[in-house]
Amino acid sequence: MSYLETKELSVGYHGNILIHDINIRIEKGKILTLVGPNGAGKSTILKSITRHLRAISGSVYVQDRDMHRWSAKEMATHLAVVLTDRIHPELMTCQELVAMGRYPHTNAIGKLTEEDRQKVEEALALVHGEELSGQDFGTLSDGQKQRILLARAICQDTEIIVLDEPTAYLDIRYKVEFLEILRKLAREKGTTIILSLHEIDLACKISDKLLCVKGDRLSLFGDPEELLGGTNANRLYDMEKGSYNPIFGSVELSKPEGAPRVFVLGGGGYGIPIYRQLQKWQIPFAAGILFENEIDTQVARDLASAALVAPAFSPIPEAIVKEAFHTMKQIGAVLDTHCPIGPFNACNGRLLELAKDAQIPIFHHPEEL
Amino acid sequence: MRFSSFRITFSAVLMWALLMLGLILNVNIGAVQIPVSQIFSDLWQGIWLLLRKDSAFETFLTSSTNVRILFSIRLPRMLLAAILGGALAVSGFLLQSFFRNPIAGPFVLGISSGAKMIVGITMIFLLPSIASMNTMVMVLAAFIGSLLVTGLVLLFAQKVQNMSMLLVIGIMVSYICGAVTDFCITFADDQNIANLTTWSMGSFSGASWSAVGYSAAICFLATGLAWLLSKPIGAYALGEGYAQSLGIHVKTFRVSLILLSSLLSGCVTAFAGPISFVGIAIPHITKSLLKTSRPAVVIPMSFLTGAVFCIYCDLLARTAFSPMELAISTVTSVFGAPVVIYMMATRKGQRQ
Repeated sequence: MSYLETKELSVGYHGNILIHDINIRIEKGKILTLVGPNGAGKSTILKSITRHLRAISGSVYVQDRDMHRWSAKEMATHLAVVLTDRIHPELMTCQELVAMGRYPHTNAIGKLTEEDRQKVEEALALVHGEELSGQDFGTLSDGQKQRILLARAICQDTEIIVLDEPTAYLDIRYKVEFLEILRKLAREKGTTIILSLHEIDLACKISDKLLCVKGDRLSLFGDPEELLGGTNANRLYDMEKGSYNPIFGSVELSKPEGAPRVFVLGGGGYGIPIYRQLQKWQIPFAAGILFENEIDTQVARDLASAALVAPAFSPIPEAIVKEAFHTMKQIGAVLDTHCPIGPFNACNGRLLELAKDAQIPIFHHPEEL
Repeated sequence: MRFSSFRITFSAVLMWALLMLGLILNVNIGAVQIPVSQIFSDLWQGIWLLLRKDSAFETFLTSSTNVRILFSIRLPRMLLAAILGGALAVSGFLLQSFFRNPIAGPFVLGISSGAKMIVGITMIFLLPSIASMNTMVMVLAAFIGSLLVTGLVLLFAQKVQNMSMLLVIGIMVSYICGAVTDFCITFADDQNIANLTTWSMGSFSGASWSAVGYSAAICFLATGLAWLLSKPIGAYALGEGYAQSLGIHVKTFRVSLILLSSLLSGCVTAFAGPISFVGIAIPHITKSLLKTSRPAVVIPMSFLTGAVFCIYCDLLARTAFSPMELAISTVTSVFGAPVVIYMMATRKGQRQ
């Protein structure tokens, strides 16, 4: 049962369509995130949903009712927003600002009832902003401001909240805190949340559904894992340099170019810091011998010129060991990451011995190179 | 919460006290000193007779020089100063809410000059066809002038978001209006020039009971309507985006703000000429005093503070170099402009 859906929604400015035929549907209490490159039209879509912008064609339906036909009041009691507009209200305490959320529910002169006050307190508590209540909004940090603006939206008491890049100015701690609050809201209050995010790693982690936006007709809608798995993220953002790892949700810079200058003997996570260090210095390298299922492999594939990878959960085949030794000799330098040697990767120990015998120089720190 | 309501009560009591003191001083001080005790007894007697609709009221008014001065000169002048001062402050507050910019005001944005221009044109070119300059015609002309300039400033405001640019535009517009007014004066006859010049200096000296009546009707009505808009004005401080999502019809709301503000500042210009800085300084002082910007409180308090400010300024204008009388703007500028400078200086620090 979908709660909110868009049918053939086309959005844009001044009658020029920016994105055609957006079809999304989400259930109540779920989170939909819009991701995509800058200027792709994330805000345009959100503004069309919140009616700050006229949809060019198509419409938004909430429980099968056309939202674009709602009265302003109906809209205000169903949908709250957190916008990117930086606001500078004069002499307004956080409590007063949050209480603005009660606007559609109060009488003609905006008198707060006991129930209204309670909702304000609740909203403040939900965003952990109780201690900010009496402070002037202008004196807050960006992270605190965002939380207060969210509290304002929460106490508007709507079933839908739309947020446009709510984490844009926040540092990592506040980002996580903020998104946790959104999840809690969706889970406990059943609020349906639509937001846009820059951070695709976070988007994958908090969203139930994802809409990838990239201008014109490309707007993919689906599950996060499916849409950003493999190299989809690289394609969405046209990443020519560097890459995005959907499993870690991490970003690697582009691999150093040229023939490998050192063979890095890694494994078990010992390789990753070394790979990244070498990338910073732009030293091309080969990595080995790694197992298919270990973490070093994830990064080595993005950063190493060549990665020797053995099948998971089985002893390393002799052919790969031979190939590794051959590569080592060709490069003429080995970097030992001091990964512990056990029965399964014993051949990495053997490779080190072989290198010694063949008088290939062995380094222990990237600085020695 | 409790603390802030204490502050509000305290400020209100303070302002009422100042207003009462101002009333007594204004009526008491002048070329003819009227003793305080006599003010009260005369006032009491006058009101008493008026309320009883006694025919003796007319004879009472002319009974002595002091009573004549009290009832036909000082009292209406003081009331006019109070009403128009309050109106200017509210007009300024509305403009500041509209532009979300504390430096906005009817004078700096050139709105008063626009009103003056249209009143000038009306006086010079239309006066011959209308037998006398009817009060309502004056108000209407000033209102149209205010609207005209506000519209012009709005047109530019869409292009520039920067608040100092907006001020520069306002100042330029007021120069243009000044030039047009001067141009018209060139073609006016001496009688009109004298009228226009006295009026455009700005003064409460021409106050009459009919002016008090008209301005009270217009200003109280407009201020009351503005007060009814307190709720959306408060929400509008969060920006148009938020205001709209709270269910405000932004366009209608903006138009009503502009209409009310123009009506108020037009009314002031019509009755007392352009008066500077009250519109900016008073709302700022009021908000600092109350430590809040809640419109439901700030609008009535601004009116009260504006009234107090103008009463004392008029007292100074009247008595400082007596028998010479200063233009009211001379006095309001001396006190108002420093407030604006202080505001700009401190605000900059706050933004960064």
